[in-house]
Amino acid sequence: MSRQIRHVLSSAAAALVAALAPLAAHAEWGNLNMPVGVTELSKQIYSLHMTIFWWCVAIGVFVFGWMIWSLVAFRKSKGAVADTSITHSTKAEIVWTLIPVVILVIMAIPAARTLIAIEDTRNTELSIKVTGYQWKWHYDYLGEDVKFFSALERTSDETRQLQSGLDPNAVPEYLRDVDKPLVVPEDTKVRLLLTAQDVIHAWWVPQFGMKKDAIPGVVNELWFKVDAGKTGIYRGQCAELCGRDHGFMPIVVKVVTKEEYKAWVAAQQTDGANEAAPAVNAAPTVASIATAAPQG
Amino acid sequence: MANTTTAHTHDDHDHKPHGLKRWLFATNHKDIGTMYLVFACVLFFLGGAMALVIRAELFQPGLQFVDPGFFNSMTTMHALLMIFGAVMPAWTGLANWMVPMQIGAPDMALPRLNNFSFWLLPFAFTLLLLTLFVPGGAPAGGWTLYPPLSLQAGDSFPLTIFAIHLMGISSILGAINVVVTIMNMRAPGMGLLNMPLFCWTWLITAYLLIAVMPVLAGAVTMLLTDHFFGTSFFTASGGGDPVMFQHIFWFFGHPEVYILILPAFGVVSEIIPTFSRKPLFGYESMVYASASIAFLSFIVWAHHMFTVGMPLAGQLFFMLSTMLIAVPTGVKVFNWCATMWKGSISFETPMLFSLAFLFLFTIGGLSGLMLAIVPADFQYHDSYFVVAHFHYVLVPGAVFAIMAGVYYWLPKWSGRMYNEKIGKLHFWLSTIGVNVLFFPQHFLGLAGMPRRIPDYSTQFADWNMVSSVGAFIFGFSQLLFVYVVWNAVRSGEKAPQRPWESARGLDWELPTPAPYHSWETPPSRDVVAHGTVQH
Ligand code: HEM
Ligand SMILES: [Cu+2]
Ligand SMILES: [Cu+2]
Repeated sequence: MSRQIRHVLSSAAAALVAALAPLAAHAEWGNLNMPVGVTELSKQIYSLHMTIFWWCVAIGVFVFGWMIWSLVAFRKSKGAVADTSITHSTKAEIVWTLIPVVILVIMAIPAARTLIAIEDTRNTELSIKVTGYQWKWHYDYLGEDVKFFSALERTSDETRQLQSGLDPNAVPEYLRDVDKPLVVPEDTKVRLLLTAQDVIHAWWVPQFGMKKDAIPGVVNELWFKVDAGKTGIYRGQCAELCGRDHGFMPIVVKVVTKEEYKAWVAAQQTDGANEAAPAVNAAPTVASIATAAPQG
Repeated sequence: MANTTTAHTHDDHDHKPHGLKRWLFATNHKDIGTMYLVFACVLFFLGGAMALVIRAELFQPGLQFVDPGFFNSMTTMHALLMIFGAVMPAWTGLANWMVPMQIGAPDMALPRLNNFSFWLLPFAFTLLLLTLFVPGGAPAGGWTLYPPLSLQAGDSFPLTIFAIHLMGISSILGAINVVVTIMNMRAPGMGLLNMPLFCWTWLITAYLLIAVMPVLAGAVTMLLTDHFFGTSFFTASGGGDPVMFQHIFWFFGHPEVYILILPAFGVVSEIIPTFSRKPLFGYESMVYASASIAFLSFIVWAHHMFTVGMPLAGQLFFMLSTMLIAVPTGVKVFNWCATMWKGSISFETPMLFSLAFLFLFTIGGLSGLMLAIVPADFQYHDSYFVVAHFHYVLVPGAVFAIMAGVYYWLPKWSGRMYNEKIGKLHFWLSTIGVNVLFFPQHFLGLAGMPRRIPDYSTQFADWNMVSSVGAFIFGFSQLLFVYVVWNAVRSGEKAPQRPWESARGLDWELPTPAPYHSWETPPSRDVVAHGTVQH
């Protein structure tokens, strides 16, 4: 599809969104699409998503156009008489078998290329072991002696109790904040080694373009490299049903500059904030007790 | 009875048992078909009620009504009830009614087996529903039953597995019956390639069922022994592998989704020609497309588990095979379009539902194509985008096709017409409701909302509210369906022998209402020739 058409369509979509936006006080209606994200891979994934989306739109326009045309033009009520001699056409059938095949091949090539990039975990600069627990995450910076649990932050946790009477809209980042975020440097190839302690979880930060399952007995890899200059807070949550509080194990990643990261690691190692015991059956941190308590 | 020469002179005064016995000991394909359909309808409303619990809780952020554990039970039970209790029995019910009528047979080949396979179901679902009241509550690990989570279930665990075994046996027996009937009881002159597409797609579905239900049975049996007998098929600490369960499950699961949709292709392939007043375009390619979809459905299973961490080659293989399945699906859609082209189209309720199927199933197919792109699936997977995808193929797909079929054949079954006005009202409310319900879920998924969560951050509030409104519109308008059918059967106008003037197929050659023992003497070759779909 030509760039121009794309442009027209996307500005039309934007106009539609803009028209709808004032409907809501907090204007989340505009949240319609996948985020472009802040990593090399997320942008590739986004562009694959948009390409296949526009192919689908094109196919849709064709197929729906054909259907609507038929429904309008060949109505019995308008005196249409059926041409019962049309029963098959080998030529047409070959055409509409082959054209989709061609489209699929066109799509498969860039998809395969991105996939190969995703699987390329060589040259990572920082490895973090991520362990899913019911219902919190544990992060272990390999070789750095920094490890800690990361669980739903307290205000959200109180608010989300059944009939708590508290207003989620009054909680900043309701269900999206943790007591202690993962901290990583920008412009660095970070590799996560994912596993789980009890059941399967999945680690997902949409802005990084990827999710991957954390499975007991398995170590999965996922890498991301946040673009230079894209420091900030990125949020996600567990994406594999993991029991009662599956909806309540958010992920927060704080992306900082390389210097800030060094300082942060040093501070972690001296202030003893991170727990000493290894991950397995670790004594829960103060924060995770706070979150675990109301679960009974 | 035996000396009636053609079914046309045959009347409805048969020696059928009366009262409860007629149903308990039923061996008649129509009685059993009716029981299947009524059962499916009841389960559809039970499953629907659970869906409304889910949507009520998701109406706004915060937990208002249910505990998260119960919420998970609702999503799990909703799916199990809808798939195994509503859609599959509805298809078996339709097969029971229509296959003998369409191939010129008096009944199904194995009537007692037929009785048994139906009566397993109430027991299976009683067991399953009982789990709502046992310690630990109903299963809450998702309909996919992934271990280790599913192994954490309380007392519901063995009940659920036993229930699944019963459902599986019931499906396999039903499928065997369809295969044996179609292979042995076609009227003289009714070749395989003369059969209406509903028979064809059901025949293929039956083979899929026979192939994969035992796989599901194996998978859940391994869960059972892991839980109670100390095996560790899926327990990592014992040397097992939780991912293996997913492979086995989806080896069943993907063909299963085609079990749910193939008969829908059949129904729509009969209704669209009737109301376009033109023969189906590309009959043979429809048959071959269905068969290739069935074949391909065995080699795409891992597209449900791209995020478990497969080797690159595996991911590429499953991406390509999944994309490939879109090709025969496309052929079907194009053939339906070509059937309407230069037709003479009218818009009675069965046609309206089939048209909605055509549009909305296509949307589900297109989002399926998007899901096949593995890197993008890393974003879509386990998000509401997937929920939107499979509901588009299952609700306006399979469920609408079932309803289209009921509206279409009801006059032939009952001898009475339904109320077209209320039928249309039901159609419009359902179609609007289903889109308001599921379309926004695409946005939610893309914006990052995971599936199977009881509460969400405020950024997702708006579209969730819209979706819940759609759910209630859709859910309550289904009561109209019951009303229309009830009303038609009770006091509808008398239906003519051929209520839709260009309907083709042996089913329409029978008198209205169809006699109790459909084709007691096989139709003559003339009738068969006149009744075949290509005519
Ligand atoms: C064009 C054809 C189709 C393609 C390419 C396709 C592709 C996919 C893919 C890749 C997934 C996995 C997404 C994920 O979990 O990340 C999926 C999920 C699903 N699809 Fe389709 N699909 C197609 C048609 C259908 C049909 C016809 C049905 C059933 C009537 C169906 C039912 C489902 C269901 C139930 C799931 C989700 C199961 C679960 O996770 O609980 N799909 N589809
Ligand atoms: Cu989870
Ligand atoms: Cu599948």
